[in-house]
Amino acid sequence: MNRALYALLIAAAMLSGCVTINIYFPAAAAEKAADRIIDEVWQLKKEQGAKPEGKQP
Amino acid sequence: MNALKRIALLAALVASAAWAQGNLEINTPAISQIKSGMQARHAQLAPHYASGAVGLGADGTVALRDASAVPLAQRQAVQGLVAQENADRAALYREIARANGHPEWEADIRNTFAQRWIERAQPGWYVQSGGQWSRK
Repeated sequence: MNRALYALLIAAAMLSGCVTINIYFPAAAAEKAADRIIDEVWQLKKEQGAKPEGKQP
Repeated sequence: MNALKRIALLAALVASAAWAQGNLEINTPAISQIKSGMQARHAQLAPHYASGAVGLGADGTVALRDASAVPLAQRQAVQGLVAQENADRAALYREIARANGHPEWEADIRNTFAQRWIERAQPGWYVQSGGQWSRK
């Protein structure tokens, strides 16, 4: 049972690692967010998914 | 051994779930409002990007880089557009940082946007890097 306890400790360490990571700037997520906003401001993608029927004929 | 495997699997799942949350919040009323203002303004700015009068700066702003490309009568109006656009952009970067609970990310967000605006600029538009303007 010592082993399970050990594994639990590792799991806890991994989890706290993730929490720590979130404090750093998430560069990839920021890029995605920027691209989505640029799409809208520059209207690079028409039909922003607002209309369920998609493209107009 | 089985217990160990299960716990490891569980840990991996939780870890990946935490990673998958890697989306920034951009759907707040404040952000939407700034965005729609910028969208409306873009129709007026686009011809000036194309003429080279206005370029995309390295710091996530726009700049009137060649006023002579704008007819004298319109120059003041374009300067106003540029100022309004930059005010909105500054507010956008600040609001995104705030909406995600990290006001200190503002500069990082600005830098990310600066790169993306430039990367996605249309051919013929002027973009700035290292203090130099170049035409895409």
